[in-house]
Amino acid sequence: MSLATATPPVPTRPRSLGRGVQTSRRRLPRWAPWSILGSAILLSLAVLTLADATSVPSVLALAAVVYAGGITVTALVVEGPRWAKDRLATTVVIGAFLVALIPLVSLLWIVVARGLRLFSWDFLTTDMVGVFGSMTTGGVQHAIVGTLLITAAAAVISVPIGLLTAIYLVEYGRGPLARAITFLVDVMTGIPSIVAGLFAFALFTLFFGPAYRAGIMGAVALSLLMTPVVIRSVEEMLRLVPNELREASLALGVPKWLTILKVVLRTAVAGIVTGIMLAVARVIGETAPLLIAVGMMTKTNTNLFEGRMATLPVFAYNEYSKGGVGIDRAWAAALTLIVIVMLLNLIARFVSSKFAPKAAR
Amino acid sequence: MVVTSTTRTADGSRSGGLAAPQRRVADLGGRIFSGFSLGAGLVILAALAAVSIFLIIKAWPALTASGADLAEISWFKSDSLLGYVGPLIFGTLLASVLALVLAVPVSIGIALFISHYAPRRLAQSLGYVVDLLAAIPSVVYGLWGALWLLPVINPVFTWLSDKLGFIPLFADYQAPAKNIMSASVVLAVMILPIITAVTREVFLQTPRLHEEAALALGATRWELVRMAVLPFGRSGIISASMLGLGRALGETMAVLMVISPGFLFSFHLLKPGQHQTIAANIASQFPEASGLSVSVLIATGLALFVITFVVNMAARWVIARRKDFSGAN
Repeated sequence: MSLATATPPVPTRPRSLGRGVQTSRRRLPRWAPWSILGSAILLSLAVLTLADATSVPSVLALAAVVYAGGITVTALVVEGPRWAKDRLATTVVIGAFLVALIPLVSLLWIVVARGLRLFSWDFLTTDMVGVFGSMTTGGVQHAIVGTLLITAAAAVISVPIGLLTAIYLVEYGRGPLARAITFLVDVMTGIPSIVAGLFAFALFTLFFGPAYRAGIMGAVALSLLMTPVVIRSVEEMLRLVPNELREASLALGVPKWLTILKVVLRTAVAGIVTGIMLAVARVIGETAPLLIAVGMMTKTNTNLFEGRMATLPVFAYNEYSKGGVGIDRAWAAALTLIVIVMLLNLIARFVSSKFAPKAAR
Repeated sequence: MVVTSTTRTADGSRSGGLAAPQRRVADLGGRIFSGFSLGAGLVILAALAAVSIFLIIKAWPALTASGADLAEISWFKSDSLLGYVGPLIFGTLLASVLALVLAVPVSIGIALFISHYAPRRLAQSLGYVVDLLAAIPSVVYGLWGALWLLPVINPVFTWLSDKLGFIPLFADYQAPAKNIMSASVVLAVMILPIITAVTREVFLQTPRLHEEAALALGATRWELVRMAVLPFGRSGIISASMLGLGRALGETMAVLMVISPGFLFSFHLLKPGQHQTIAANIASQFPEASGLSVSVLIATGLALFVITFVVNMAARWVIARRKDFSGAN
C-alpha cells in the first residue's frame, strides 16, 4: 500500500489559485491507509474469532475486502468521489498483484524445496541405466543432453527463418503477401504444442515408417512452436526502431540492406536477443510434443536422427506417473529444468544490457 | 517482384552519388537480402500448409472409417467420431474459458501495478520475475498443480460446494479436487505470466505525452490509467488474452496431470470424472496407440487445430475492429 501512497500520483498541485477558487482538496494523510489496513485486519480477526472460523487465508481475505471498503468510504468522505475511485483502483491493482504472488511464490518454493531432496552432482551426471523399483540412484544426464540437443536443433531451424521473416514483414513486406504471412504467423502462434507434435509424428512416420522415432522429430515440432514467437518478438523490436534512424541512414546513401543490417538490427539487437532467448526458454520446457514424437530412453543418445531420446520435461512427467521415489526425481528434474531456463534468461539479460544502445526512456 | 518493391525506396538513396561498382555490390546485396527474407516468409506459408496436409493425411483413415471399425478400439466409447470428439471439444473450451476468466483481470492488475503503480526500481525486477515465470515449463506447473494445489484448494471447494451447492455449477464436489475447476486454476496460473508480460509491454509504451496531458488536466492516477493507458493498450490486452487462450486451449500437461478424465457434456465444475480436453486425451492415449487409434487421435488433434485457428481469426477480427479506437499511431 505504501508504494502507492508514498509517491502521490499527481505532481505538486498548487495550494490554491486565489481566494474562492479551491483547486486542492483535502487529502488523506500518509498514515491513513496503513491505519485503515491495521484496523481492517484486527476487525476481521475479531469477527472470525467470534464466528469461530479463524485461519490465515480467511482473515486475509476478509481484511482485504474490509480495507477496500474502508479506504474507499474514507476517501469518499474526505477527498471526494474522484479520489475515492482512485484509492479503490489502487487497492484493486495491488490486490491483484498480491493474489498472483500466491501461486507464483508457492510454485518456486515447492520446486526448490522438493527438488533439493534428490538434486546433487550425482543426479546431474548419471543416467537411468539399471535403475528400477525404489532405488534412489539414477539421474538426468541423458535427459539434459537430449533436451539441449533437441532445443539447439530447434533454434538452428527457427532463428534464421524467424529473423528473416520478421525483417521481411517490417522492412520489405507490402501488399497481400505480407498480410497473409502476418496472418499465418498469428495462426502459428496459436498452434497447440500437441498438434505440433502430431505434425512431426505424421511427417516423419509417413516417410520413415510408423516405428521411426528420433530427436529431430522433436526438434521440428519445437521449431514449429518457436518460429512464430521469434518472428513476433523480433518484429515488435524492429518496429520500435525509430523511422528517423532509417531515414537518416538512407539519406546518407547507405543501401537499404546495409541500413537494415547496420542500423536497424544494431539498434534492436538487445530486444532481439532477449526475444530469442525467451523463445528458447519457452520451448525448452515443452513436454507434450516430445512425449509423442521422441519418447523416452534410459541412456544417453547423442544421435538426433536415430532412436528415442530422453528429455527433461518428459523425464519429469514419466517419473511423476511412476509415483513413489519417482516423484522426488520428477521434482529434481523440474528444478534442473528451471535452473537451465533461469541461466538462459540471465544470459539474455546480460547480453541485452551489454549491447543495448542508450534508450530514450 | 521483390526487387521492384525493395529498390523503390533504395533508389532514392542510391542517387546520392555512389560510384558504379559500389552500386552494383549494394544492388546485389540488396537483392540477396530481400530474396532471403521473402524466402523465409514463404517457408512459413509452406510450414502451415504442411501441418494441415500431413494431419489430414494421417487422420484420413479415422475420418472415413465405419462405426464398427472404430468400436474395435478399446477406449472408443462412442458410436461415431463426432460423438467422440464432441465432449472433448466441450471440455477443452470450458477449461480454457474458465482459465481466461480467472486470469485476464488479475493479469491486467499486475501489468498496471508493474507499469504504473510500483516504484521504478521495484518494477524492473518485477518485470524480470514475470518474464521468468512465463518461461516455467508446463510440466512444472503440472507437478505444482497435482501435488501442491489440490490439497490447498480442497477446503475452498468444500466451502463452495457446501454453501453454494444448490447452484448446479458447484454441486457434487468430491475430494481430491481432480476436477475441471482445478485444471482451470492451474491453466490460469500458467497463462498469467504471458498475458501480463504482453499487456505490461503495451502499457509501458503508452505515449508519454498522453500521460502527461492527462496529469496536466489534474487526472488522478486511476483517471490517467483509464483515459490514457487502457485505451492505448486495448488491442494489446485483447491480443494478449488471445495468446493466453491459445495456450490454454492447447495446454496438455497441466490438465493431464490434474484432471480425472470423463467424457460428458457437464457443467458440474467441481465434480471429478466429467471432462477431458483434446490435448490431454491425445497425450494420455498416444503412447499405447497404433493403427486406427493413432488416426482417431490425430483427427481429434485436427479438431483442436481448427478450433485454435478459429479463435485466432476471431481475435484478429476484434483487433482490426478496435484498432481505430486504440489511440495508437
